[in-house]
Amino acid sequence: MSSISLRNVVKRYRTGKTELQVIHGVSAEVAQGEFIVIVGPSGCGKSTLLRMVAGLEDISGGDIAIGDRVVNTLEPAERDIAMVFQNYALYPHMSVFENMAYGLKIKKMPSAEIQQRVDKAAAILELGHLLQRKPRELSGGQRQRVAMGRAIVRQPKVFLFDEPLSNLDAKLRAQTRLEIQKLHRELGITSLFVTHDQVEAMTLAQRMIVMNGGKMEQFGTPEEVYSKPATTFVASFMGSPPMNLLKNAPGGKAGQILGIRPEHLDIGDAGWALQVETVELLGAERLVHVKLGSEGLIIRTHEDQPAPKVGSTIHAQPREDRMHWFDAASGQRL
Amino acid sequence: MIEKRPGLTFFSHVVLLIGVFIVGFPLYVTFIGSTQTLEQISQSFPMSLMPGGNAIETYKAALFGGFTSAGSQIPAAGPMLWVSLVSALIITIGKITISLLSAFAIVYFRFPMRNVVFWMIFVTLMLPVEVRIGPTYEVVANLGMLNTYAGLTVPLIASATATFLFRQFFLTVPDELVEAARIDGAGPMRFFKDILLPLSSTSIAALFVIQFIYGWNQYLWPLLVTTDESMYPVVMGIKRLISGESYTEWNVVMAMAILAMLPPALVVMLMQRWFVKGLVDTEK
Repeated sequence: MSSISLRNVVKRYRTGKTELQVIHGVSAEVAQGEFIVIVGPSGCGKSTLLRMVAGLEDISGGDIAIGDRVVNTLEPAERDIAMVFQNYALYPHMSVFENMAYGLKIKKMPSAEIQQRVDKAAAILELGHLLQRKPRELSGGQRQRVAMGRAIVRQPKVFLFDEPLSNLDAKLRAQTRLEIQKLHRELGITSLFVTHDQVEAMTLAQRMIVMNGGKMEQFGTPEEVYSKPATTFVASFMGSPPMNLLKNAPGGKAGQILGIRPEHLDIGDAGWALQVETVELLGAERLVHVKLGSEGLIIRTHEDQPAPKVGSTIHAQPREDRMHWFDAASGQRL
Repeated sequence: MIEKRPGLTFFSHVVLLIGVFIVGFPLYVTFIGSTQTLEQISQSFPMSLMPGGNAIETYKAALFGGFTSAGSQIPAAGPMLWVSLVSALIITIGKITISLLSAFAIVYFRFPMRNVVFWMIFVTLMLPVEVRIGPTYEVVANLGMLNTYAGLTVPLIASATATFLFRQFFLTVPDELVEAARIDGAGPMRFFKDILLPLSSTSIAALFVIQFIYGWNQYLWPLLVTTDESMYPVVMGIKRLISGESYTEWNVVMAMAILAMLPPALVVMLMQRWFVKGLVDTEK
């Protein structure tokens, strides 16, 4: 268990004479035992950042410290971390037991202790009956658990997860999410978890880092990120459907953007006059796509409320305390 | 074939049987010849296709040497088989070792001129032994390696084919495996030994078979670098019997051909399972 500090971390790739910067000075302090999710669209640099912590990518600038130790130049094996890969990266020719024991064997740990650690991890993950199988004889979910087992037996200071759930089907993903949460509660190991899935991010994170274009947009608890997005990007990335962003909102000044979540618009007799474009029923709720002048927005209502007619004009009132104002030029929250 | 049509099945079986016959019949004739006496072979025309009763004597003469009825000497195949076996094994193991290591270097290490090195290896694919035989002989002769195992094998060991094959295989190994091994603390050679080698086992088996037969069947090169009878491989031995002084002991020639065929056949049969697997599927 250990804290992690990222201090102005920069990553540049050099191909010939051109230089491409993919991480633009990310700084974050992760406390000991925290579960941090790094979330962002593909290509935002979240995996690169994780791989820099792991030591699989060089650090072009800044410092990464695990505990009190700056690890910039340390080999991955010396950083006291364990990583779970997206495709699990199990050694195909080794049995489940050998897969989990390999790292310990290299550390020249006595075989009795290896046996004990593997047995313990297998018990936690319910892999006991599979120890002699080869990875190809396992299902996707089982492989995923073996990959986690391989991480657990090392008893590392930090767990790194690189989109470990994206190869599982939806049902298994939800189940594994719960297992990871449980595991973190039991072991209390500092974890960094990379995902592009905002549901995973919201449900797993104690705090989350939202990244876009190699920059950290916001670092906060899921509640903060959802209810007080720091930028228009965060506002539009988190939430499904995303927050409505209006450039020409009634009552707004020039150069300001109003953000309002679909569930914070109440349909009634007063408020903005809106043109109904389409209505979608999603079971428990209904999404009403409307137009305010030339700008489109979405209103979320309960299915027990009457559906507005397409083409009609309705009125909706935004909740004052749930309105977010952003600077149009910088995208920053005002 | 998924279609079930009796005519087609019959036709394909006929084609297969013809194929088997074309390959199998000469082998059968060779075997029959080796069981008959010289008189039986030379006096009946066409030669009888029934086994004769002279098998044991003929094979004894072929293996351990002896004298023909006309008094000329038959060289023993035993020592020649040994020479063939040793040089084929050295060539095979040497080739596989060197190609594995060079492919490992080319795929997993970033050194200056990596691509140039790879292309240089690749270009040598176009230069088989026969093309560079003059200069190679010169080098081997100057190094005093004539009539030695080194002379028989070293020039045949460097192999672009195998390097290329292993390179292609290594490129299909997912990067995550390398990274997982790094996190587990495995250094480069440890990764090579613990992960890359076991993963390549089927390709290694396939190459072993191919290269063993390649080494075993060498004729031109041993002809050049050996003048000492004790260093003759068996393939040369067969040829020498045929150009024998008075007349050719066909039954002994046939027996020696069968003997020379056995080790490669054995290698193919023993490694068949692995061999086919290595050529057909890539287990990842």
